[in-house]
Amino acid sequence: MRLSEFEPRIIGFLCNWCSYAGADLAGVSRIQYPANIRIVRVMCSGRIDPTIPLEVFKMGADGILVLGCHPGDCHYVEGNLYEEIKINMLKRLMALTGLEPERLRLEWVSASEGQRFAQVVTEFTERIRKLGPSPLSGQRPDRQILENLQAARDAASDFRLRVLVGRERELTEKSNVYEEKVSQEEFDTLLDDIVKTEFIRHKIYLLAKANQLSVKALAEQVRMKPSDVLCHIVEMRRRNMIALDHVEGTTPIYKALEVE
Amino acid sequence: MNENEEPRVGVFVCHCGVNIGGVIDVKEVVEYAGKLPKVAYAEGNLYTCSSEGLSKIKEAVTKFHLNKVVVASCTPRTHETLFRSACEEAGLNKYVFHMANIREHCSWVHPKEPKKATEKAKEIVKMAVAKAVLLEPQIEPEIDVLPSALVIGGGVAGMAAALSLANQGFTAHLIEKENEIGGKLKELYKLYPNDDYASNILGEFTQATRSNPNIKVHTSSTVKQVEGFIGNFKVKIDREGKEEALDIGTIIVATGANVLRPDGLYGYGESKNVLTQLEFEQLIKDGKLGRPKNVVMIQCVGAREEKEGGRNYCSRVCCAVAVKNALQIKELSPETEVYVLYRDMQTYGKDFEEQYRRAREGSVQFISYDKENPPDVFRGSDGKLTVRVRDIMLNAPLELDADLLILSTPLVQSKEAKELSKILKVPLGSDGFFFEAHVKLRPVDFATDGIFVCGTAHSPKTIAETIAQAYATASRAGIPMAVGRVRTEAITASVDESVCTGCATCIRMCPYSAIQKDERGIAKVNDVLCKGCGVCSASCPEKAIKMKHFSDAQVLAEATASLGGS
Repeated sequence: MRLSEFEPRIIGFLCNWCSYAGADLAGVSRIQYPANIRIVRVMCSGRIDPTIPLEVFKMGADGILVLGCHPGDCHYVEGNLYEEIKINMLKRLMALTGLEPERLRLEWVSASEGQRFAQVVTEFTERIRKLGPSPLSGQRPDRQILENLQAARDAASDFRLRVLVGRERELTEKSNVYEEKVSQEEFDTLLDDIVKTEFIRHKIYLLAKANQLSVKALAEQVRMKPSDVLCHIVEMRRRNMIALDHVEGTTPIYKALEVE
Repeated sequence: MNENEEPRVGVFVCHCGVNIGGVIDVKEVVEYAGKLPKVAYAEGNLYTCSSEGLSKIKEAVTKFHLNKVVVASCTPRTHETLFRSACEEAGLNKYVFHMANIREHCSWVHPKEPKKATEKAKEIVKMAVAKAVLLEPQIEPEIDVLPSALVIGGGVAGMAAALSLANQGFTAHLIEKENEIGGKLKELYKLYPNDDYASNILGEFTQATRSNPNIKVHTSSTVKQVEGFIGNFKVKIDREGKEEALDIGTIIVATGANVLRPDGLYGYGESKNVLTQLEFEQLIKDGKLGRPKNVVMIQCVGAREEKEGGRNYCSRVCCAVAVKNALQIKELSPETEVYVLYRDMQTYGKDFEEQYRRAREGSVQFISYDKENPPDVFRGSDGKLTVRVRDIMLNAPLELDADLLILSTPLVQSKEAKELSKILKVPLGSDGFFFEAHVKLRPVDFATDGIFVCGTAHSPKTIAETIAQAYATASRAGIPMAVGRVRTEAITASVDESVCTGCATCIRMCPYSAIQKDERGIAKVNDVLCKGCGVCSASCPEKAIKMKHFSDAQVLAEATASLGGS
């Protein structure tokens, strides 16, 4: 596909009270912007579960815009701030998949900002046009990235990552009973670590689901040291994600268990 | 509608005259829609919102046995209610309707690209159909509202609100923490702008309140606990250690405000000759003014600070209070020189400006200072006070002797209000005052249904404004109590009990405290309190919370309909 012919497919999730109204105002004011965006209305930007953008990317979207009220203006008090935390986590997760995190963007657009809405959409559309088509669009999506995105989606749907994201504001803004407060840097380090761990575990899970594999074979596929993979397998066995299937010679072979 | 019924979607594409039809090829969109899976019928209308268009929807629902309806026209923010009513008239649940916005989001913003706009409109319709297929009927729960209000605070705001409610025929429980009602009015002497005695106004209000059979006055009482929701609040009040339970339909917060004690500022607390305006009122009320030679007032003491976490707001009443008290001094002791040191005089209210002019003409001295150079106060060895100030009009320093120094300090939120905001689960703004749902659209409501705010608990204001606002809350609170029933949100969250582990992530996030653990430790959503934002659903670590009308499956179906394949 020649770049000039490329028309990005952009999905916009807009909150009902601010951003959707801002998009309406752009219409009433007849402000022109590229016709690439497809808008989905939700009551609050905070409704966007981290798995939703990943599912939409899996289907081949070239870009996703999540638009909510400016901080302090949220119709539901702080839904937008909770969404900001989710998007921050998602971008870290996306960075591991091979799909560019800049394909996902969160912006604040108020009900009176028709002009700003058009500007954000125009600017984002051009950014995505320059970035080129998603490797998952078209007839032949990149298998590796698609698998990675599935692992990312599963990680985003898993308890551990969701609990951490759900507690970010509590941990960084309020102090615990010992009057300890986690600094944003400390939290981000922790988040990065858990995002990476959970992504790898779900990657291993998907590989073991496709084929029963040894630790060595798994390690080759995820490009990690076998000892590190073994550590993950121990934890995954504890969580009932994976089990020993049989032993070939002296090599244990693992299989994925049904979860959810 | 039978749940297992196969979806039969009807699609109605509006021309909106030339608004849509002038750009988008509506015929093409209708043909396209007709071929989409699960679409049983599609047609184009000149104006779908006209009575003719609405009849067409109703006819088609019957004729083609439609059980979902999509209208592709303008924004749901203005027209969803109308089309939903048409669906209800056709015998459908109004939540099986979905709108495709092809005007504001398409024809109006792409008028120069009709081909692209038509393609976009088709996809928008496809997305809407994908969601419509998954839509389910929803019920808006209807609940009874008890005709009994709780008014917290027995000052002029609370008394005015209680009286208005009582005169509408409702019971009003008036809660006052002190042993008598009256609030700050008890401490005032004369009121601006027309020098009424505060005691007269107070007498009229307290007498009417005390003698009204519909008002139950609870003095020496505080609110300890509030549970429930609009129509059915369960309130516990504490009266000197004894607990009393009340069943309440609506709540009005009228807790008032305190006057800032400017400890450490301008010698306050160190010299008995430095007073706040409120303390000064008491002095003249007691007839102890005497014949001071010089009186100096300083405005904006501890107010309009312009710093993070500071009292950055204007307290609004202090300018008029200073003008009034300056005139009082002149009246009682004409020989006394009165100096008012100010940053800006804001005598904005009815008749205030006239009073200000009278003060200027009546030889009260107004000296303006800027916030970078606030006045300095010195106390001589004989205890005499001297105020040094840079007059920005003269651009020169002045030195004034002060027999009395009166500080105009702002109204500040009381300590108890913070506690009350937690009990009621309603927010305080960054200035500490109670925070309304919307500054213009819902100025006396809280975001939580059935709770309202008036008077200086909300922001500093005059007595006249306070009374007007109190009447406003009584009117707002009276609506659901007069009707006797309210319909609540149908789009709420629901918890899958078999999946919930009781981790309480949702409970911490819910801005309406609509989620609580039941006796088994499982999260339970109170449908009446839930406003349907979906933050809990998007955050639940176990993905145990489903949003009605905006489920993951529904949102994803709409979002991905235009992608992949097609």
